[in-house]
Amino acid sequence: MPRPGFVLDVDRSTPPTLFWRGEGFSLERLPADRSRIIYPPEPLAGLDNLDGHIRDALLNPLDMDPLPELLKPDMKLTICFDDASLSLPKMQRPDNRQRIIEAVLDMAAEAGVDDVHIIAALGLHRRMHEYELRHVLGDRIVDAFLPKGYLYQHDAEDPDNLAVIGHTDEGEILEINKRAAESDLVVYANVNQVAMDGGWKSLTTGLASYRCLSVHHNPASLQNTRSLMDRHHSALHKSIWRMGKLLRDSGPKVFQVETTINTEAFPAPFEFLAKREWEWTAKDRSLFLASSKSLNKLPNRTKRKIFHNIEAPYRTTSVHAGFTETVHEKTLENVYKQHIVEVEGQTDILTMGIPFISPYNPESIMNPILVMCMGLGYLFNMYRGKPLVREGGVVIMTHPTYEEFHPVHHPSYIDFFDEVLADTTDPAEMSTKWEKKYAEDEWYRHLYRTSYAYHGVHPFYAWYWGAHGQQHAGKVIIVGGYAAAVRKLGFTPASTMNDALEIASDTVGRSPTISHLHVPGVLVADVK
Amino acid sequence: MAETIPASLAGKRIAITGSTGFVGTALVERLLRGIPDCEVILLVRDGRRTPAAKRTQKEILKNDAFDRLRETFGDDFDAKVASRITTVAGDVTRDGLGLNDTDRELWGTADTIIHSAAAVSFDSPMDSAVEINLLGPTRIANLANEMGVTPHLVAVSTCYVAGNRRGNAPEILVSEGPFDIGIDWRTEVAATKRLRSDTDALSRLPDQLKVFRKEARAELGAAGAPALAAKTEDRRQKWVKAELVKAGRMRAASVGWPDAYAFTKALGEQALTDTKGDVPVSIVRPSIIESALAEPKPGWIRGFRMAEPVIISFAKGLLKEFPGVPEGTVDVIPVDIVVAAIIAVAAAGPDDAPAITQVASGGVNPLKYRRMVDNVTGWFTEHPLYDPKGQPIVVPEWRFPGRGRVQRQLTQAKTVLNSADKVLQALPLRGKQAELSAQLEEKRIEVETALEYVELYGLYTECEAIYQVDNLLKIWDGLGAQDQADFNIDPRSVDWDHYINNIHLPSIIQHARVKTTPGASKSVDRMARMRKQVLDPTRHVAAFDLENTLISSNVVESFSWLATRRLDTPERIRYVARTIIEAPGLLRLDRQDRTDFLRHFYRRYENAPLEQIETDAREMLTQLIMTKAFPAGLRRVREHRALGHRTVLITGALDFAVAGLAPLFDEIVAAEMMVRPDGTLSGEMHSVPPTGEARAQILSDYCEAEGLDISNSVAYADSSSDLPLFEAVGFPVAVNPETRLATIARKRGWLVEHWTKADGAPRPLLPISELMVERERRRKFA
Repeated sequence: MPRPGFVLDVDRSTPPTLFWRGEGFSLERLPADRSRIIYPPEPLAGLDNLDGHIRDALLNPLDMDPLPELLKPDMKLTICFDDASLSLPKMQRPDNRQRIIEAVLDMAAEAGVDDVHIIAALGLHRRMHEYELRHVLGDRIVDAFLPKGYLYQHDAEDPDNLAVIGHTDEGEILEINKRAAESDLVVYANVNQVAMDGGWKSLTTGLASYRCLSVHHNPASLQNTRSLMDRHHSALHKSIWRMGKLLRDSGPKVFQVETTINTEAFPAPFEFLAKREWEWTAKDRSLFLASSKSLNKLPNRTKRKIFHNIEAPYRTTSVHAGFTETVHEKTLENVYKQHIVEVEGQTDILTMGIPFISPYNPESIMNPILVMCMGLGYLFNMYRGKPLVREGGVVIMTHPTYEEFHPVHHPSYIDFFDEVLADTTDPAEMSTKWEKKYAEDEWYRHLYRTSYAYHGVHPFYAWYWGAHGQQHAGKVIIVGGYAAAVRKLGFTPASTMNDALEIASDTVGRSPTISHLHVPGVLVADVK
Repeated sequence: MAETIPASLAGKRIAITGSTGFVGTALVERLLRGIPDCEVILLVRDGRRTPAAKRTQKEILKNDAFDRLRETFGDDFDAKVASRITTVAGDVTRDGLGLNDTDRELWGTADTIIHSAAAVSFDSPMDSAVEINLLGPTRIANLANEMGVTPHLVAVSTCYVAGNRRGNAPEILVSEGPFDIGIDWRTEVAATKRLRSDTDALSRLPDQLKVFRKEARAELGAAGAPALAAKTEDRRQKWVKAELVKAGRMRAASVGWPDAYAFTKALGEQALTDTKGDVPVSIVRPSIIESALAEPKPGWIRGFRMAEPVIISFAKGLLKEFPGVPEGTVDVIPVDIVVAAIIAVAAAGPDDAPAITQVASGGVNPLKYRRMVDNVTGWFTEHPLYDPKGQPIVVPEWRFPGRGRVQRQLTQAKTVLNSADKVLQALPLRGKQAELSAQLEEKRIEVETALEYVELYGLYTECEAIYQVDNLLKIWDGLGAQDQADFNIDPRSVDWDHYINNIHLPSIIQHARVKTTPGASKSVDRMARMRKQVLDPTRHVAAFDLENTLISSNVVESFSWLATRRLDTPERIRYVARTIIEAPGLLRLDRQDRTDFLRHFYRRYENAPLEQIETDAREMLTQLIMTKAFPAGLRRVREHRALGHRTVLITGALDFAVAGLAPLFDEIVAAEMMVRPDGTLSGEMHSVPPTGEARAQILSDYCEAEGLDISNSVAYADSSSDLPLFEAVGFPVAVNPETRLATIARKRGWLVEHWTKADGAPRPLLPISELMVERERRRKFA
């Protein structure tokens, strides 16, 4: 029986705590008697015979007819799947999406369906490399569909292949991939890692156009998203659910397949990352020492290679299929079961280690903008109720924040960093002043469509993701970051955790209370 | 003398040569101001672009010497001056002075001719020194004799005609002195003419031309045939000139003069005496002329003269030692004393004026070398110059070394710098490292200049001749009180400490435009300012080179990438091995001629199926071009576009290899290859690949066709082979320049950008494509 998550009050005997620092980690000692560490629950047990569970879900869907009954020989069937931003790190093969799609294809073949398209639901993310498609879908599907052009990636900038479904009650436009819009049935194959994902968001963002996304991907809506992990208090999700309703009423029939995974993210030799520090064995300690010492000596590119090669031994904890809303409720139940930790009240300071990866740099570089996005966007939002840190409190992150960018994946990020951040870090201001220029830049559009670049507007979205955190925190400090880059982000650089606490004392006084969000492991703090 | 100077010259017509020079300008000003009723005829050469009359306006009347007169005359200045000055176009190196008939008539009416035109540079080539200094005065006398007129000819010469000697140098012709060795000026003229044609012939020998060509190539690289040809011819002419300078210096030294200037001046006096006929001649010999004591204003100086470069080099810390004997005399004389002396001689008239008047300080009021050095050192200690970083420069302690030692030190420094420069030029450096070479080049030029000063001027500081001024003082004593007040010609009146500290040094510091205030230099600001100019909305076209300007890659890499795209591992190894073996040969070819290289190299595409290449090239945008691109460069292209400029890519790369960049540019000019009917590439080019001078032509054709202004356009490139392109546009930008271009850009003050790849870009060891997923590869080959 896996142990639930819990809150550890730091005292003099507490060993130093693990912090991610990009492609590395450090142990930091937090002040005794006023610090607490929030540990995630241990990974839940996974389902045995996953393929059987998937088949079972397809045959016994929620609030919908069994899949075989929906399949007709002359129909247009479109299968969509989450792109490389899920899961993090990538899961060991075979991926859940491969399992789902293979099962769906088997049933479609039995039913004699000929017209099948498989579309990667990218939204404005970069296109997946062929080896990523192979990793996610398996060679069988790729070899059968890719050469003939039946497996392809959504293109949010292809005017010929987008269709407007309609407008919501609040006037929000819903414009999605034309093939999906015109299909008799859309099957969505999902992997749910956090509560933000899945549900109507899968299709209405993954297959949407820029103008459709910009309706809710903007500073105003994200400042009112409290939090991203709590869809009932998220302006972003409310807008998406309105679109979902529109999709249900006027769009194609959607058959949603969602799977939830546990938090077993790190294989040997990195298992110690998920353990609680006082339970480290002599072997764990030596592994920590050996790996952190040797990582320190390696160049960044080599470190990245090591970390991005990690394939997670996740276990799947649930599979549900059928009507999107019903399925997603079940999914959320399972996600929360894995993630929720009850926490009493807010503290003055929130500390967090920023890892080597975020949803926007699979196989790529965690550039400074993504550090902000990961810290203030994702980790800060890992709460339900109220944030772990009080309003006006201090957020302290640890990350090297090097000024490195992937030239193929993040071309507009480079310019955003040099040009936009030099001008402003305020989401609302950059949105009115700069967003359009980047969103409509022909060169970025070209790179998004033909190469492997995130859409020109994407760095803005990454920045808006942190808008709520940025607004809430009185000060943000990055420990161990490249000072010039940290300042450009509008944050304060510090060399050590002690320096950071010293700097924070200007804002929160001499003896502030501290919460540390323990990652790796994923948790959502249910703050009472 | 009964009359005053103004009265003697009143109503006279005075012709002047050399009026655009230092003494000449001061003379014209002094005559206009001090002799109210005289008329002035100026013999001025036509400039290359400016006619003589325009030069008078620009180079004489606009000079700050006339500030005082402008103030007095107010708005009437132009009218008043025009009524008294006539400019005639002519040249003292031509027989009859090159005058047209009207001007000749006018010239003939002059009462007095003051000849101050001279090749004053100590390192003039022998032939031009002979033409101007030796034959010039004679031509003036000849013209007068031909016309049957006898104006009073006042010829300005130099004290240094006395040659290298110690002790007193009296005011007599060299041929009348005890040290004359009987040099015949006619023989020298003939020998110089022969020398000129011999040297020219020598410079045209095949071996010599090969050297010039090699030097031109070393400086410009593969800049294309026309640029190379121009540079080679330029080298040849410079070589001829340098040989003639050397010949002049050696000839002068061999017969006892410090340099060709003094030597030709000495022979010029002799020639004039031999050929003057009926024309009465007075010779005025100043020593080293420096800034004005009082007239037209204290410190007035024109041009960068003899002692100034030396003093400035010393203050900059460049010249640590300068030869000279501490007890030696530096014979300096302020320009206004010289001018007044010339006017006094002219006023005395042919009958009363001494045949030779020396204007020098050494005999009556000597400035000792040590005194000058002490004053200069003291002054710069108090008012230091600042280096580019804003730090004051400490002047070195002057140790009065012998000339040999200084020369040896400088020669050594020059040798070291030369070899360092050669090494740097040979290395494949770019960007910031290449700037090193540009800095080295500057240092080298500085040392060379210093060496020249030492060689030439060293002789003068070591000179121990004492110039007698008996005739000058006789004139002085004959002047009335008013003339003495208005026309100071007395060298004894100079207080050297005051003159150096309060008049001369402040003036030359101002003229030298050196850094006299602390604080870092503004060069970063300058770059920002230039960047703003480049990004001005009114620009028309922004032309970009590709390789090393926008991406750090080249045609060989893209070929390698495409060629290995469909190879398996053993085939790749063979490919890489082969390419490494060929590399030196390819590199050599590329350095010689870019076009030949491209033609040769592109043959490798022969038989490649175009369709497959195009497919692969799309992937290459991601794997090769984008990973090697300079993000700041791509951003700059788009900035230009956003400003409404046309963006043009001009590259020697093949069109399909750069197709992925199409959305950035309005126009892409790339190499195109012929395609056979079966869809394979022929390996032959449609036309000359756009490299070197062809780029300038392409851009100018484009601009003309589109009705755009090339001079209002910007060009970005990285190599000296783009020089023609840079010269064609108004706003050249050197991007990550290689050594040669870095040097050129620095010299010409071009904007230099240092763009780098994105930090974090993948860095494959070899420019070959990633191994395709095995299954994929097998399928494609099946």
